Amino acid sequence: MTEPRVVIVGAGPAGIRAAETLVTAGLRPTVIDEGARAGGQIYRRPPDGFTRPPATLYGSQAGKAVALHTAFDVLVAAGRIVHVPRHSVVALADGVLHAVGDGGGHRIGYDRLILATGATDRLAPVPNWQAPGVYSLGAMQIALKAQGVAMGRRIVLAGSGPLLTLLATQLLKAGAQIAAVLDTAGLRGQIAAFADLAVRPSFALQALAMRARLGRRYHAGVVLEGIEATDSGVTAVRWTDAGGQERRTDCDAVGLGWHLKAETQLADLAGCRFAYDATWAQWLPCADRMGRAGDGVYLAGDGLRLLGADGAEVAGRLAAAACLSDLGLPGPDVAADLKRLDRLERFARGIARAFPWPADQVRALPDDTVLCRCEGITAGAVRETAAYGGAEANRVKSLGRAGMGRCQGRYCQLAAADLIAASGGLAQAGDVGRLRAQAPVRPTPVRAWLEEG
Amino acid sequence: MSGTVFAAPPETSGRLVRLVETGREPVRFVLDGVERMALAGDTVLTAILANAPALRQAEFGPERRAGFCLMGACQDCWIWQEQGPRLRACSTPVADGMRLLTRTREDWP
Repeated sequence: MTEPRVVIVGAGPAGIRAAETLVTAGLRPTVIDEGARAGGQIYRRPPDGFTRPPATLYGSQAGKAVALHTAFDVLVAAGRIVHVPRHSVVALADGVLHAVGDGGGHRIGYDRLILATGATDRLAPVPNWQAPGVYSLGAMQIALKAQGVAMGRRIVLAGSGPLLTLLATQLLKAGAQIAAVLDTAGLRGQIAAFADLAVRPSFALQALAMRARLGRRYHAGVVLEGIEATDSGVTAVRWTDAGGQERRTDCDAVGLGWHLKAETQLADLAGCRFAYDATWAQWLPCADRMGRAGDGVYLAGDGLRLLGADGAEVAGRLAAAACLSDLGLPGPDVAADLKRLDRLERFARGIARAFPWPADQVRALPDDTVLCRCEGITAGAVRETAAYGGAEANRVKSLGRAGMGRCQGRYCQLAAADLIAASGGLAQAGDVGRLRAQAPVRPTPVRAWLEEG
Repeated sequence: MSGTVFAAPPETSGRLVRLVETGREPVRFVLDGVERMALAGDTVLTAILANAPALRQAEFGPERRAGFCLMGACQDCWIWQEQGPRLRACSTPVADGMRLLTRTREDWP
């Protein structure tokens, strides 16, 4: 019998553990990844020539990062994995992936597919967020980790979620100047979710310690009013504090982010079903607890459920185990991992409730706020389009182009859904429908396909 | 090359601050016709923003752009090279001799 072709997309914690599990069972999976070196975003490795040790790069998570990197590198060196780095999978159909790298396009056939595509920052527009010097929180963390740089001389971090305080402490430690850390989540909601967060006491305590280190820079229950900028970039953030006072903080860089948004385009192209998840306030693909999404497709990591890096490792092992079992091959015992998954999901949902999506702030955006960064489509234009064409996300996309730009709605879809729902008098953003993914899911030069053999 | 002079942006200072890992080998590249320095291991985005406040002009608005997600998802950092092909600045390593533009060439047929 020929060996089944199992392909994994993504070499973060989920993809690495999935690959390892398949290798242990005797398979030789192909792992396609956009990064030059395996690790994903949270355990991203700097390029060759950088010298900071893992303890500096990953802090208390250094042991986990090194274990993942080593596990993967050893398997690649032994020829047990086919590693395809610096390649984006831009399309898939009929058991074939279309991947693009520096050398052009490749077709990679598969019998089973494990998607471990991770997540991006979840972004809410703030007036003038298109100004140069505004970045996602994840961007600022990547800049620090993989390039050793701060994206400005005086930085304001704003949004909500675990990365907000983590990044602030990491930047401070590295010598950057942080002017303010503005959390749109109120303290009351954070405390209400504490029972769920306490299932991982060490994480909860670390978060409190980080918060303490930020001191008076940290403000909870903030409303972001706007970003001031000149031609050369950001100059200040205007915000209202929890007591209703208007404030202004000078800065030359702003980091924005509200936790994570699952990267689901490939799952969509693979035919997975989706459901709106009210806790995580976004559309997520449907799969069983193992990650089985049907039709030989398995999902793992933040692209399925936003459990973070530890949850991604567990989910990667489970998806591979499901794949092995469906192939009729012996796999690992999954009972302990399924239990871990439940505990991590309870914690992650607690995080999502403690640091929620700022729906009220989004619905109150002034009409002239740029909503779609790709094409400069304003909040007012989305409201007008929804009023004219109907409160459905794909109609608003077709008629008004929100979600049709080169990021394919990754950074405007959720905010647009809120505006469309408000326009149509619908209860929640999920009621406006989900933007369908379109291939290619990354911009692809025509040359990549012309040159293909 | 056509010998066209590309107008350099008025600002000479960079946007980002190098905090650590500054002992890497220097790399020379050309930005808008002017020779600039970067460090081996820099992405094109890092290399440019260490020297200039922005990467490119937005096509759909008056503002300039300086990247956004740094993980290849937002597509906000595609810039031109003098010889034609564009590149995504956040995911492309800078290399000696690269000739990069923060503006579109105006002398293309």
